[in-house]
Amino acid sequence: MSLNVLGSLAMADGGGFETPTTADFYQPLLFDGPWAITRPAVVLMLSVGLIAWFLIATTKRAAIVPGKGQWVTESAYGFVRNGIARDIIGSKDFLRFVPLLFTMFVLILVNNLFGVIPPIQYPTMSRIGIPIALTLVVYVTYLYIGMKRVGVGAYFKNLVPAGLPAWIVPVIFPLELITFFITRPLTLALRLFGNMFAGHLLLLLFITGGEYMIIHGGIGLKIAGVGSFAMAFVLTIFEILIEFLQAYIFTLLAATYIAGSLVDEH
Amino acid sequence: MTGNIAILGYGLSAIGPGVGIGLIFAAYINGVARQPEARGMLQSIAILGFALAEALAIFGLVLAFVFK
Repeated sequence: MSLNVLGSLAMADGGGFETPTTADFYQPLLFDGPWAITRPAVVLMLSVGLIAWFLIATTKRAAIVPGKGQWVTESAYGFVRNGIARDIIGSKDFLRFVPLLFTMFVLILVNNLFGVIPPIQYPTMSRIGIPIALTLVVYVTYLYIGMKRVGVGAYFKNLVPAGLPAWIVPVIFPLELITFFITRPLTLALRLFGNMFAGHLLLLLFITGGEYMIIHGGIGLKIAGVGSFAMAFVLTIFEILIEFLQAYIFTLLAATYIAGSLVDEH
Repeated sequence: MTGNIAILGYGLSAIGPGVGIGLIFAAYINGVARQPEARGMLQSIAILGFALAEALAIFGLVLAFVFK
């Protein structure tokens, strides 16, 4: 992406403003190439350690009157268990999927929030590979339970809603096939990736642009740079909202897909 | 001024989802205003619809970066 409008504005006194690009998201720390240990990998491992420590520490000596930490864990768990799993999957067999959904929710939420927490400031999900890995888990799960419940042949037959006129079935079947096997996983992964990526790129643009304008610009650009920082501040708060929302949406859609595989009509 | 036409394409592709998301939340606000006790049920439906409509804009964003 080349936002050269801003670039030429900021280039008032030589030098030049480098707009943030997609390349800024690839940050290898050790080695290089496909096996490089990158910044998102380190952040991901950090988040896993942090989540494990927090969850164990707050539930090891669970009290009847919860402390602050236990309250946080319990409300997050209650939110996923009652607000997502039980409401969407139904009270009959939602408990099997609560561990999966809770893991997804907490992992995504913590990794998203790392995008704005100062020393880390890297949303792990802005590298496409990580949302794809999470989506694969959901994808395999809902296909597996769907095919295990009715068998592979019947699963494909059930893709078409019952009671349609026969001539329309050849039209509907490919559409449903694309929905179940391509669109659903694609959108699930891309939604999380796109939101985190775009949000972080926006913050990067406003902050580096503001910094450049304040340091290198004339008096007019200095004022614009202050505005740019104010915009970055507002967008950071907006980002926090989006980060919560994306963790919720990912878990909600995972639950919806699983629920769709558990009932007779899709 | 130089630039990339794919970004314009993304702008165009964001119109539809923008209108769609607006409609979804308008309906949600209407529903809650008429029946405040249905809020919990409506909320998850609204967010689900929002997520599905938003997917189109996200496609646009990703494709703007893919075809540059």
